[in-house]
Amino acid sequence: MKTKFQASATVLEPAKAPAVKIFGVGSAGVAMLDTLNGGDFAGAGFVAVNTDASSLAASSATIKIQLETKLLRGLGTGGDPERGRAIAEEQFATLKTACEGADVVFVVAGLGGGAGSGISSVLARAAKEAGALVLAFVTLPFACEGNRRQQQAQQGLDQLKSVADGVICLPCQKTFKLIDENTSVLDTFRITDGLLVESVRGVWRLLTRKGLIRIHFDDLCALLRDRHSESVFACVEATGPARAREVVEKLIAHPLLDEGRALAESSAVLVSLMGGKELAMAEVNRVMEQIGRQCEHAQIIMGAAVDETLKNRLSVTVIAAKPGPVPMELPPLAASGDSVEQVTPRGIAARPGSRCVSPSPGLTPEQREQILTQRGGGRGRKGGPKMRQAQLPLAIITKGRFDKSEPTIHKGEDLDIPTYVRRGVALN
Amino acid sequence: MFDDSSIIVGLEIGTSKVCAVVGERNADGSLNIIGLGQARSRGVRKGEIVDTTQAEEDVRNAIVEAEQMADVEIRNVYLGVTGAHIRGFNNRGVHPVVSADREISEDDVQDVVKNAKAINLPTENNVVHAIRQHFFVDGQDGVTNPVGMLGSRLEVDVHVVHGNTNRLQNAIRLVKGLQLEVDEIVFNGLASSLALLSNEQKELGALVIDIGGGTTDYVVYTNGVIRHTGVLAIGGDHVSNDLAYGLKVPLSRAEKLKLEFGSALVDEETKGQTITITNELGLPLKTVNVEHLRRIMSLRLEEIFQLVGQDLEQAGLFDYLRAGVFLCGGCARVPQIAPLAEQVLQMPVSLGQTNSVSGLKSALDQPEFVSAIGLVKFGSFKTRKREGKPSLAQGIKGALSSLLRRS
Repeated sequence: MKTKFQASATVLEPAKAPAVKIFGVGSAGVAMLDTLNGGDFAGAGFVAVNTDASSLAASSATIKIQLETKLLRGLGTGGDPERGRAIAEEQFATLKTACEGADVVFVVAGLGGGAGSGISSVLARAAKEAGALVLAFVTLPFACEGNRRQQQAQQGLDQLKSVADGVICLPCQKTFKLIDENTSVLDTFRITDGLLVESVRGVWRLLTRKGLIRIHFDDLCALLRDRHSESVFACVEATGPARAREVVEKLIAHPLLDEGRALAESSAVLVSLMGGKELAMAEVNRVMEQIGRQCEHAQIIMGAAVDETLKNRLSVTVIAAKPGPVPMELPPLAASGDSVEQVTPRGIAARPGSRCVSPSPGLTPEQREQILTQRGGGRGRKGGPKMRQAQLPLAIITKGRFDKSEPTIHKGEDLDIPTYVRRGVALN
Repeated sequence: MFDDSSIIVGLEIGTSKVCAVVGERNADGSLNIIGLGQARSRGVRKGEIVDTTQAEEDVRNAIVEAEQMADVEIRNVYLGVTGAHIRGFNNRGVHPVVSADREISEDDVQDVVKNAKAINLPTENNVVHAIRQHFFVDGQDGVTNPVGMLGSRLEVDVHVVHGNTNRLQNAIRLVKGLQLEVDEIVFNGLASSLALLSNEQKELGALVIDIGGGTTDYVVYTNGVIRHTGVLAIGGDHVSNDLAYGLKVPLSRAEKLKLEFGSALVDEETKGQTITITNELGLPLKTVNVEHLRRIMSLRLEEIFQLVGQDLEQAGLFDYLRAGVFLCGGCARVPQIAPLAEQVLQMPVSLGQTNSVSGLKSALDQPEFVSAIGLVKFGSFKTRKREGKPSLAQGIKGALSSLLRRS
């Protein structure tokens, strides 16, 4: 499958575009699917998968699969992903058949509920078994939706990551930056759905439009794989003579990219430029140069394509994947704090920067510095993101009898704190 | 009863104990320890006095005990000082020989030593020792006594130990408050090295690490002279504190556990072994894992040696220590500390033995009394020098190094 696709990318004459099927899973997924269906996804198959009959009935998808058992009585999973998973496993064959014939399967879902979290990973596995590449686009719930949903979403995400080729994840919490006080709930969900749809569209374009510089689907998957943190996504457009500069400015100011910080923190960035026929190489170069300056430490994959419908607009899609929050060199104590906890979207009160996890208190300042520079994307550069202050360690280590005496500081390390604590040696 | 001039007292106000050692200098110049007094120290942290009232009481107790044991009245003491503020570095002084015949005179030597001591110290700091290392005559290395030699340019290397004046004064004032005279203050590490090392070992190159209650003092000798000194404000107190923190026991209990079950290395057979702590009625309170206890101790002690090692590596002295490493201070009692130090420093390590001092065997065998004995030894050099050259009033500190080498 992969080889076939790669071959098509190298042939001068554009070969047959890969067959894409888009699955909307769960109520949120089905709703997003409807939004997609109205867009320019010519040739894609739309499949709605849900346990809830009423949501499916309202859907405009061409194929509808209702996963049903007598137990549920057509009312959905009741927010229990285990139930969703069990039903999906039961209907595994049906899902697999639905995936057949597709080269690429997009799974669109809102995690946190029963169907989205439970079914999407099973569906991804079914699609893989059917021989398709799987890319999942998921949202994580708002923090106000409660702990349980967060945990379920997190579990669902982890499971999805283990089976899908790539997961693009949008924590809804982030969209708070895009909305104001008066935005209605309905609009808020429309915005989050819109963002996800935008990313689906961006990837869709990557795959189907004539590429000046083609991005292989493998590249995309490789970028998203093994990055155990959410990927951030942004899509901006600009017109006019200075559109190359404008587009970069917009990108850096994009709220989902944390005013450009996300770029600096990311370890891999995929950039796709899309323009009308007159898309100039100089423009591509200018944009890439700017983006490259923003993310010095990242591996950059770029693609440029022509889409005649864009006319004189220039559209840039950026997917930035961050490295796992726990770097390899951390001592075991810190590493045991599992990545799961780190990926959980923060509470409403949490500042956007709080994703920068403070280094373990047991580190020497040099190591700390190193980790912070890795995350902060190097020295603070003009206009670029500045290094943020690390948070204080939560566990306060008392110094016992040395509490009030002059601290013994050696190369920035407080030697009054027990050595085993500073070195992170676990006693069990 | 005794001729007072032959009585030399060393007083060390340590973090865990205050210790006074009384020595008597025989007619032939040999030193005999005749008294020892000690008291548990309560007013000292990390080698520095934090509670003068308590410390004063402890010093008085120790002095009284030593007086009773030696049956003398103590009037003067050599006071040992330490603390994180004490630093050592090497400095070079230059002096052009201006006399017509280019012969180096005693005055030239005095001048060059004076130049070497004219160092740019922070105003609040004071020189504790300035120890002569070697002279250079017209760049020629290794001259020990240049008087009478010909040359146009005389240089000398000195090792300067300096510390914060106020903090040094704290200890001096406390002792003076007890109607005792302080003959001189001596860096504890230097005193320990005097007590432990023979001339041969100094010549070969040796490192003395005195791990006390609150500080770790170390001194490096190469080619017979002091090359490097240092203080780390970590000691046995830290080990106890770590244990109290890690095993969640009171500090006093941690101290006991350290003495009873402590070891610098974690053995295979201690894995899973536990100790049950009982209260005064014999009822079990808590069980403590021996492996944890030793792991905590081992890591702390290992770190001390690593820090010393790093410091020596920076000073580039590692290859000069052919006689090896000598340990003393209370922490030298920790079982298997020498193998641990060997692992870290990669050179032979032994527990120091006080030599060339006779007297109370019980006192001489204890590693924690080494520096107090060293103070007495330092005093004996001083008095010998004074008697030998009574006319020489000047350059006491400058003359120190040659004295030390003559030991």
